[in-house]
Amino acid sequence: MTHAFRLFWFSWLFNMKNLTTSGFFILNATISPVFFATIAHYMFESGSRPGSLLFASLGAGMMGIWSSVLFGSGGLIQWQRWQGTLEYVIGVPPRLFQVVLPMTIATASIGLYSIASTLLWGWAIFDLPLDFAHPVWFVVALVAAIVSLGLLGLVMSSTFVLMRNANSLSNLLEYPIWLVTGLLISLSLLPGWTRPISYILAPTWGIKGLRDAAMGGNPGPAVAACLVLGLVYLVIGHFTLGYFEVRARRSATLALR
Amino acid sequence: MTSLRIFFYGGQMTYRALFYWLTPQIYVPSLLVAPIFQILLFVYIGRSAGLESDQFYVVGNAIQYAAIPCLFAMTQMIGGERYQNTLSAILVSPARRIPLFFGRAVPVVLNGAFVSAFSLTAGAIILGVEIPRSAVPGLAFVIVVAAFSCTGLGLINAALSLRIRENAVLSNVIFGFLLIFTGANVPLDELPNWMSTAAQALPFTHAIEAARELADGASIVSVADLIGAELVIGLMYAFVGYGLLRFMEVQSRTHASLERS
Repeated sequence: MTHAFRLFWFSWLFNMKNLTTSGFFILNATISPVFFATIAHYMFESGSRPGSLLFASLGAGMMGIWSSVLFGSGGLIQWQRWQGTLEYVIGVPPRLFQVVLPMTIATASIGLYSIASTLLWGWAIFDLPLDFAHPVWFVVALVAAIVSLGLLGLVMSSTFVLMRNANSLSNLLEYPIWLVTGLLISLSLLPGWTRPISYILAPTWGIKGLRDAAMGGNPGPAVAACLVLGLVYLVIGHFTLGYFEVRARRSATLALR
Repeated sequence: MTSLRIFFYGGQMTYRALFYWLTPQIYVPSLLVAPIFQILLFVYIGRSAGLESDQFYVVGNAIQYAAIPCLFAMTQMIGGERYQNTLSAILVSPARRIPLFFGRAVPVVLNGAFVSAFSLTAGAIILGVEIPRSAVPGLAFVIVVAAFSCTGLGLINAALSLRIRENAVLSNVIFGFLLIFTGANVPLDELPNWMSTAAQALPFTHAIEAARELADGASIVSVADLIGAELVIGLMYAFVGYGLLRFMEVQSRTHASLERS
């Protein structure tokens, strides 16, 4: 148990440092969400929903977390392959699942920069008050959101790799998930058939938990939904990652693109 | 004659060579489906905010999305040569630089215009936005001018990519600025004064305004001033971009930094 925790902690820390040195990840995680927060702020302020800055800032921050997971976790195994480290990732004594999990959680954790940047931007430029209704719950909801998105990343890392054009799939999935999970809009505006899709995606509950904690409400159910979904993703990811490993070993295609 | 050959044939050949990887499996999701979802996202935010009509966001985002192919492809058309180790061979050639660089911009403009036109058509059909038939030729012209204008900015981006390592990030940042400043989603009179003033010097601002007026039934003659302004802005960016490319070329020779990434 101690060994597994130690492996998780140091691998997470290493990958956080590794991703933090990437200009691409950091600038995309901090600047892009700020652009969307700004646009949403002006749209809401000019329209019939003034005072929605916190709603927009949190949503834009969550958009950044999703983008980090989508590109970081979705391309994780392919990335290891390009860097020539996939053989080591699979060859080391711990199971592949134990090695990949902290990596995907790290890609979601990079999204902390997104939340921090949109909130600080709102505070510095638009006088957004940072007095959350339930500050402790906010931290709990943020951790739950990051863990559940990281676990969703685990599923993506092991399924995207089976597709030849995973990068274009990542490009494709950015806007639809932002839309269907209600990061900048209310879910009630969307057609009813999108609702089941929204409910099985962690960002829907992640943002609900954060908004309930920050703006007043009961974040408990949304946090619980994040954790339950996270467990489901964990089970799916365990099997899909195992399938990828067996398939790659059998067909000797581990290092092949 | 040689210059014409470099301009047309060279530009086309370079595009095909540098974008060998742009297969339909990549092109369709990234450049045809993604803009539709960008349109949908902003249409729904707009409905939520109760700000403007669906048509406002369909037209604005369809034209603004041309920034993705124009900025990224133009950067790849110059910076990509460096990664392929062919840039030095090109710059050592006696080819005139104007046809060499601007010839590469032609396929980029055409592709940007196609992406924009497709997004506008698909977005309008999906959301039931009615655009009068009489507006179609004018809109097509505005879209080509907008793509040209942004490709001019892409030329500057391409020149900077000879110095800046994270040119994909730079393209994303420029895309974000264009999304905010050009009035694609927020009416210019709702933005702070300094932002709406800065927008007058950016690609897309005038094209988006012209396209919205055309979609509302205005004649192309009545938006000629907007189209002219967009064209002038595009020419200015292209001119500055060309100058910057030549400057970077000289700097690269002086500091032996051509192949350094």
